[in-house]
Amino acid sequence: MLMLEPRTAPPAALQAAVPVLAVALTMIAGGVLFAALGKNPVEAIRIIFVDPLLDPFSRSELLVKAAPLALIAVGLSFGFRAGVWNIGAEGQFVIGAIAGGAVGLAFWDVPGLWLLPLMALAGMLGGFLWAMIPALLKIRFGANEILVSLMLVYVAQLWLSALVSGPLRDPAGFNFPESRMFHDSATLPIILGGTRAHVGVLVALGIAVAAYVALHRHVFGYRVRLMGAAPRAARFAGVSTNVMIAACLGLSGALAGLAGMFEAAGPVGQLVPSLPVGYGFTAIIVAFLGRLDPLGIVLASLVMALTYIGGETAQFTLQIPAAAISVFQGMLLFFLLATEVLSRYRLRRIRRAA
Amino acid sequence: MRRPELPLLAVTLTAVLALIVFAIANGLNPVLLTVSIMIAATPLMLAALGELVVEKSGVLNLGVEGMMIIGAIAGFAVAVETGSPMLGVVAAALAGAALALVFGVLTQMLLSNQVATGLALTLFGLGLAALIGQPYAGIKPPAFPRLDFFLSDIPVIGRVLFGHDLMLYLAFALLAAVWLFLSRTRAGLILRAVGESHDAAHALGYNVIGIRLAAIAFGGACAGLGGAALSLVRVPQWTEGMTAGAGWIALAIVVFATWKPGRVALGAYLFGGVTILQLNFQAARITPLWLLALALLLLAVNASVRRWQQGRPVAPVLGWWAATAATAALAVVWAPSIQSQYLSMTPYICTILVLVVMSGNRLRASLAAPASLGRVFHRTG
Repeated sequence: MLMLEPRTAPPAALQAAVPVLAVALTMIAGGVLFAALGKNPVEAIRIIFVDPLLDPFSRSELLVKAAPLALIAVGLSFGFRAGVWNIGAEGQFVIGAIAGGAVGLAFWDVPGLWLLPLMALAGMLGGFLWAMIPALLKIRFGANEILVSLMLVYVAQLWLSALVSGPLRDPAGFNFPESRMFHDSATLPIILGGTRAHVGVLVALGIAVAAYVALHRHVFGYRVRLMGAAPRAARFAGVSTNVMIAACLGLSGALAGLAGMFEAAGPVGQLVPSLPVGYGFTAIIVAFLGRLDPLGIVLASLVMALTYIGGETAQFTLQIPAAAISVFQGMLLFFLLATEVLSRYRLRRIRRAA
Repeated sequence: MRRPELPLLAVTLTAVLALIVFAIANGLNPVLLTVSIMIAATPLMLAALGELVVEKSGVLNLGVEGMMIIGAIAGFAVAVETGSPMLGVVAAALAGAALALVFGVLTQMLLSNQVATGLALTLFGLGLAALIGQPYAGIKPPAFPRLDFFLSDIPVIGRVLFGHDLMLYLAFALLAAVWLFLSRTRAGLILRAVGESHDAAHALGYNVIGIRLAAIAFGGACAGLGGAALSLVRVPQWTEGMTAGAGWIALAIVVFATWKPGRVALGAYLFGGVTILQLNFQAARITPLWLLALALLLLAVNASVRRWQQGRPVAPVLGWWAATAATAALAVVWAPSIQSQYLSMTPYICTILVLVVMSGNRLRASLAAPASLGRVFHRTG
């Protein structure tokens, strides 16, 4: 009979192997899914995972999709480590886009290098404040942060829809529910000519490196890890649970808000109701795929971006439905959680005495 | 009736009265309005009752939304393909239970984190449902049979109590069954013991993992039924992402209900009422000021009855009544036009408010929740 025995310290090689194993298992299960849909599984997997890497434009699009995923997931990873579950990053993303976009629209035809930093600050502040709602309600009233942050996603989406069909609507837009296109000075500069890869990619990378240092070399990261591993010990060591709740939610909110502002001022270029496309939820998978470590998350965000880009190609070459890709991403999280048991426990065979 | 329930009863009665006044003032039929609230409450009630049993066994399954939408599409697809809504309902329950067992195997046997796995269930369920549902968009399902018989012809009461679809009665049968099971049977006692202390239950020789897996499958089946009530009765149609947070609201209802079956039904009806009212408010061009006035009124009734019950002077709460009157007066005079999106936010904002109010009393909240809720059980020996 097999038993699970807790490991005291998971071996580093296994830590790295688990996500790879999960991706491999997802590819196999995804192949079965595509075969069930009547598509050639080998071709589908090749189109999704290999072809985007061969084409230069697809490679740059990879960066465009990976940047918001990495930004949000890095923020979420701190909370997930500490046991603070911010599930509403999608809502903070939307509020960040609204706040940053509103600033951009307020100074619509004002040129100036100061505008984009101001928009970024506004986006971060917006996301931060939106995340402070579940944080304060948790601290003051003990309200469950999972449910509150999730409910606020719906509120944020409705608010965006109300704003772009009301106060922020394009005055010359024939009553379409969308804002004006942002002016040049409110649009993110492109770092690779001829692509959509914007400066936000560099910012996301910089923030991931900073977060890595904060997590492994700063007392804040130590407290986060301590609170996740042993909450009672953390309290005795003087780590304030309330401060940690506010810090984790605030940090993830600010980063999700920044990602939202980048999305509005980058690839989209205006505020539209269809701006949120689920990055806030996919980032949860990215955070786990990267094993809640900022550098792992950067790699994971590229893998996840691959499924987006390859998925789009597979949609029009193989007529694979868009929803198949979200099934694929959901399966990945299942396999991750299932294989994680290998790094936390060791399998041991026990012989029962007769 | 035990005395502490008196304020709750008064608040409920006031809400019902306000509903009737609102309906008559806007030329709506109060009976039909009530019926539509009952139909809106049924999916929430089914899903929340299932989750209640799961949480009573000490497991937190956040995948209700995913199981609900899988139930919605499975029920819809089978009903369309076979022409039988009843087979659809069975398929919905089976699909919900099957998805729940994925969660069960991961959390109970592979010891994965319950919060993360529940989220995975929701993300996976939403995607899978969208995939299965593609050919079914825009199709009308076969009509769900209504239990019409001679009692339905009684005016008002006949329409409110009889002549509904089967799902509504199923929800109430489930309510009775869950209540009986949890409070009156030995098996229910064992389930609660597992939820309060899995180590103690294990030491007594109970199969903690088996009991929890059964509870998880039951919860999944109920969520699936809730989904079918949505796609076959309430809407009835299939649209991608049609649950729109109903599964999450069901989770909030369990917290609101402090893990008591009767209060789950009350919570489901409150949320059903809010959902239907905001839809009618959009049509009747009623502003959120009226909603605020109603909320103040309910708080005033609650405070007054509570004080009267405790024999304390009622005068200090006159402020609540004054605020209610002032808000209502303002609502009559000042009626700015409001974008419909703001009214659509009300169910979500109400959920947050309810969570805040119910969690405010921390001692009571921590006493009501099963002690082992969400904790990993690792069998050693």
